[in-house]
Amino acid sequence: MVATFWAFVQKEFFHILRDRRTLFVMLGMPFALVLLFGYAVTTDFKHASVAVYDQSGDMWSQRLIHQMQAGGYFSVVASVSRKEEIDRLFRQGKIKVAVVIPSHFGESLMGCEPVQLQLLSDGSEPNIALTLVSYMNDISTRFVNEALGSSAQWLISLQPRMVYNPALRSVYMFVPGVIAVVLMLISAMLTSLSIAREKERGTLNLLLISPLPPLLIIVGKVLPYVLLSFFNALVIIGMGIEVFGMRMWGSWPFLLLSCLLFILTALSLGVFISTRVRTQQTALFASLLGLMLPTVLLSGYIFPIESMPTPLQVISNVTPAKWFIILLKGIMLKGGGLDALWVPVAVLSGMTVFFILLSWKSFKLHVE
Amino acid sequence: MSIQVHGLVKRYGPLTAVAGVSFEVAAGEIFGLTGPDGAGKSSLFRMLTTLMRPDEGGGKVVGFDMLDEFLEIRRRIGYMPDVFSLYEDLTVRENLNFFARVFGVRIEDNYHLIREVYEPLKPFEGRRAGHLSGGMKQKLALSCALIHQPQALFLDEPTTGVDAVSRKEFWDILYRIRARGVAILVATPYMDEAARCDRLALMQQGRLLTQGTPQALLESYPHHLYAIEVAQPWRWLELLRSHPKVHRAVLAGEVIHVSSLEPLDLTYMRQWLVDSGVTAANFYPVQPDIEDLFIALMDQKAHPTGL
Amino acid sequence: MNHNTATIAVRELTRKFGPFTAVDHISFDVYAGEVFGFLGANGAGKTTAIRILTGLLMPTSGQAQVAGFDVWRQPEQIKRHIGYMSQKFSLYQDLTPLENIRFFGGVYGLSLRTIRQKSEMLMERLGMQAVAHRLVGTLPLGWRQKLAFSLALLHEPRIVFLDEPTSGVDPLTRRTFWEMIRTEAAKGTTIFVTTHYMDEAEYCDRVSIMVRGHIAALDTPQALKVQFGAEHMEAVFLKLTRPSEL
Repeated sequence: MVATFWAFVQKEFFHILRDRRTLFVMLGMPFALVLLFGYAVTTDFKHASVAVYDQSGDMWSQRLIHQMQAGGYFSVVASVSRKEEIDRLFRQGKIKVAVVIPSHFGESLMGCEPVQLQLLSDGSEPNIALTLVSYMNDISTRFVNEALGSSAQWLISLQPRMVYNPALRSVYMFVPGVIAVVLMLISAMLTSLSIAREKERGTLNLLLISPLPPLLIIVGKVLPYVLLSFFNALVIIGMGIEVFGMRMWGSWPFLLLSCLLFILTALSLGVFISTRVRTQQTALFASLLGLMLPTVLLSGYIFPIESMPTPLQVISNVTPAKWFIILLKGIMLKGGGLDALWVPVAVLSGMTVFFILLSWKSFKLHVE
Repeated sequence: MSIQVHGLVKRYGPLTAVAGVSFEVAAGEIFGLTGPDGAGKSSLFRMLTTLMRPDEGGGKVVGFDMLDEFLEIRRRIGYMPDVFSLYEDLTVRENLNFFARVFGVRIEDNYHLIREVYEPLKPFEGRRAGHLSGGMKQKLALSCALIHQPQALFLDEPTTGVDAVSRKEFWDILYRIRARGVAILVATPYMDEAARCDRLALMQQGRLLTQGTPQALLESYPHHLYAIEVAQPWRWLELLRSHPKVHRAVLAGEVIHVSSLEPLDLTYMRQWLVDSGVTAANFYPVQPDIEDLFIALMDQKAHPTGL
Repeated sequence: MNHNTATIAVRELTRKFGPFTAVDHISFDVYAGEVFGFLGANGAGKTTAIRILTGLLMPTSGQAQVAGFDVWRQPEQIKRHIGYMSQKFSLYQDLTPLENIRFFGGVYGLSLRTIRQKSEMLMERLGMQAVAHRLVGTLPLGWRQKLAFSLALLHEPRIVFLDEPTSGVDPLTRRTFWEMIRTEAAKGTTIFVTTHYMDEAEYCDRVSIMVRGHIAALDTPQALKVQFGAEHMEAVFLKLTRPSEL
């Protein structure tokens, strides 16, 4: 039976490898999506508007502000004397960055005491914010170098802080979102298409009248897609961390198990669809409308759930991707474990069991 | 008996595809099934291969009950559906290998079973099944249906669209498989193939009109049959049909076959032909072949072509 | 049949696919009102030749004229002046006979009035009034064949190509189908037909047999049987395609 099973899996891999175009899309899509979302906002810009809150007001602070503007990256549009004004300017969208220079800036530097510059950036555009922070870092380092020599570099440190989106919301939103879309596409849509193809071509009939148990047929068909999906999930998470500096606070085994759970949910949906349709065409439309649209629109991936009308908020609860995104964010961002995240885990597990049972009931040993 | 079924019925909504079919096929026998499109042949095949449950009736296939022991049957039969049902994106070898392993056998162990079918495919083992010609696809499908040493073989129109030479080769192979004691049920629209079966049944509108050896069936021919040899035979069909004693006049290769319910007087008919302007015609009685029998048996009113 | 008017004239027609020569310098004429049987084993090159003659495929070399149009320069004209029917695709199964007629009439640019007249005439002649509004897919094959043939003739082409029109059809339907073919030929339409049924070769005025890209024989069925000392066309076919076995 084991040999038969591997024969089946091997055959399935042949199908996948022979269909070069689909394979290319499957493997290329995660990269394309991540890069698309990650770099959708331009990072090449000049003259970002800056507000300066100079609590020191001495010669050294003036020189720093001057040097900031000299590079052409920043232009100071406001000097403020109260912290509240910074918030107002951010809210009005007049500034991208605010620099807070502590009091006794020059004195401290001369006395070789460490100084902390506070850098506030608009986190709702995280890529811009990150770039500006690194520019500012360069400028302040050079400033101390020129003023006191390279040995004094350690004296000045930047304390960057995101306003609005202290968690760098975007990267934490789009990485789970892209994973959800890709896994839905591969696990659910391709699986349902692949089973529907066997129905259409009549090969499923030959499998049915062979000694293969139905469970083996299904598991054999979905296993290659599990592996592909899992590989893609790893690629996306890896890119999120390496390219976009996403932090991973939680436990890796829990994260990977969560991805596996979502893959199973998607597969059970794909198998369920394929038991109900006769042709690839119907399978395609069923998975596009029934799975892809909710995943993109109702999961909170592109449109925040909180801002949806109440009926849609209710419907979003039956979208597996919503729970997957909650789960992934909880693990990566907050370091949450099962104790904190048992709700999404339970919902996804429940959905999976439900659809497996439903498919099991619909899978027939005879045709009509 | 390798196949023994009685009273099989299959309905699709208001339509009755198979309306009570009973027959038997012995081990080492080729049983032919022929009839017009839509007669219910494919539905019958699906029931016999246990792919579909009959609404009524039942029976035994390779010694097991069709309804209760269908899993046992599935292990022991080979099936070639009416459409090519292999993986077109897999190569010849991969298809065969897959079906062998599905049935838990090894190609090397059972190669003797398929040697004569598969040998012509050997040079094309690496070619994808979708790129094979009609005759080769059919050989590959038969190889895949034979590799697990089935006791009964179900071939649903295996030679449709295949050229005359490949069909002849196919039948040579079927005879060799029969010699190994396999029961073979084969549907065919070709009457020359029907005549090659050990026994034959004509199916129409879900029923078997008649069954028996081709010889016995021909002896049961209900009418009297004559041939007319004449140039451009199609020109005279309407004229012949207008004669009150002519039951039916149809093209049969280069001649016209005329059937009548009672014996015709040859001298009278020859004279009538001349009088009607059919010159240089040769009119003589002939033995019916399976096609003539088929045509005679098909109920004129029920025939869907609306002749 | 008029032997003076060749409606299809083929000279040294060749088509290669890479190193493989599917059609290898074939030459023949088909005359107006002739039923021309185009036989050959699977893979002998018949389909390729038909695709060239129907303007779907360019030849590699050689000449061919169909209905007076050149396959190199006027494939679009050819398509407009021929009818085509194959076993595999000819009718939309999910449309009714009337809808099929309207569609194909529209494709060939017939006016709505002509289409309406033709529909009525066809339904009556085929005895299909009762099923005119049923989906074609639910009709018996025999009716579908007749309807498909009539549709191929809808725009009154001078030449009709029939690609295995009777494949898988029962004997009675096949014979009535051939009667339709002969009736149409008698009106002067050229019929170019392929078949795997060797008895049907007898219904043709002339038969060509293709073997590995060449035309191995071309004559009336009677003459071919004499030439090859065979009683039936099947024997002629076998001798030509598998000479080693006999």
